[in-house]
Amino acid sequence: MSMKETLTGPVFNNNPIALQILGICSALAVTSSMKVTLVMCVSVIAVTAFSSMAVSSIRHHIPSSIRIIVQMVIIASLVIVVDQVLKAYFFTISKQLSVFVGLIITNCIVMGRAEGFAMKNGPVASFVDGVGNGLGYSVVLLFVAFFRELLGSGSLFGIQLLETVNNGGWYVPNGLMLLPPSAFFLIGFFIWALRAWKKEQVEEAEFKICSNTRAQEAV
Amino acid sequence: MASNDTIKKTLLVAVALCIVCSLVVSSAAVLLKPAQVKNKALDRKSNILAAAGMLEPGQSDAEIEEIYASKITPRIVDLKSGRYTDEFSPEGFEQKKIAKNPKTSIDLSDAEDQANISRRENFSIVYLVENNGQLDKIILPVHGYGLWSTLYGFLALESDLNTVAGFGFYEHGETPGLGGEVDNPKWKNQWQGKEVYDDGEVALGVVKGSVDPDKEGSEHKVDGLSGATLTSNGVTNLVHFWMGEMGYKQFLANLKSGEA
Repeated sequence: MSMKETLTGPVFNNNPIALQILGICSALAVTSSMKVTLVMCVSVIAVTAFSSMAVSSIRHHIPSSIRIIVQMVIIASLVIVVDQVLKAYFFTISKQLSVFVGLIITNCIVMGRAEGFAMKNGPVASFVDGVGNGLGYSVVLLFVAFFRELLGSGSLFGIQLLETVNNGGWYVPNGLMLLPPSAFFLIGFFIWALRAWKKEQVEEAEFKICSNTRAQEAV
Repeated sequence: MASNDTIKKTLLVAVALCIVCSLVVSSAAVLLKPAQVKNKALDRKSNILAAAGMLEPGQSDAEIEEIYASKITPRIVDLKSGRYTDEFSPEGFEQKKIAKNPKTSIDLSDAEDQANISRRENFSIVYLVENNGQLDKIILPVHGYGLWSTLYGFLALESDLNTVAGFGFYEHGETPGLGGEVDNPKWKNQWQGKEVYDDGEVALGVVKGSVDPDKEGSEHKVDGLSGATLTSNGVTNLVHFWMGEMGYKQFLANLKSGEA
């Protein structure tokens, strides 16, 4: 696989959220505003890229019996570093992200790439793969955040576009969009649109649904 | 290549990895600590200034520091006696810690615990805004339970110690769009000019629906947040608690008579 494919493949062809359905939890939690989402995306890209690179560079020395723990330790350390950096330089945003930065540790995408790709490939390829998967994650998150912030608060990146009723405008915000469940609908729409475009992603049906049968009396 | 799965190699890798990772984590924590502490202090200062209506949008960090340093005097109040105390220094005073420590806080009975906070600290930090030696405004930290979370905020009073100069929360976890509207600037502005006490009793609070300005008692009332009755009640309760006997009432009375 070429480097370019490693980088761009996970964005649409093999998107971690849309195709592998990983990392949904944070996609629900941190997508109510674009600014916060963007910082979360950058953090995840950094963590996936550097943890994959670190795991890959010591992959010949990791005993297979403790490999998951080794990966977790590396990921957890990087997440703490990212959290500390955010607290030092992006204080207001880190306040909004609060516990979710710490929860990057449990983001299945990070661990999935470390175990699934970095253990078998070189450090550079693993780094690129981490960035690619982080980008794939970011695309979905930014898509969700775009609609949630626009419809839920009438703004984008904190800039008011639709004047809300509470501030004397005309737009009645959609309260559902501010709550995490709305992300489920939006991710659903995203997957629908993606699979309508790239038909090969549609999974084969596991069973065939029968056409309606006439109601019968029990015999 | 030797097998990685021997006990010796496993232990070696585990120990080496732990040492490297702990070095990375601890050096990040130590190196970034000064910036974090500064941010936290700055955040608190800008919240204090915002409650007193002394914060203009777009002010730089340095300007905030300067206004704070030149205008605000922090003092510690003993809530039991309602007088200033020098037992603690305002530098590095951590109210949340004081509230948790059984030696420096009291357990509230159900009847007393209007704000649903279960323990009240005996000491509180207050911020004075003075103008040529005359008290101009006083900023009091308040907190209480809403629907999901404890709301922490600052209530600023004018020099008559009755009129609200500003009110705002700096930490809460209420529902965004509903209870989270406590952060709405339009709603916060309503508090300005309201009066806390009516004949010595705390009357200030949030009502259900909107306030009719012509009706009697409207100077003590603020519009409710639609869809957030429990958060609104929580705000009313915490104002009643902190302005009442268990809160700052004694202190404010002392301050007024010049005995604080």
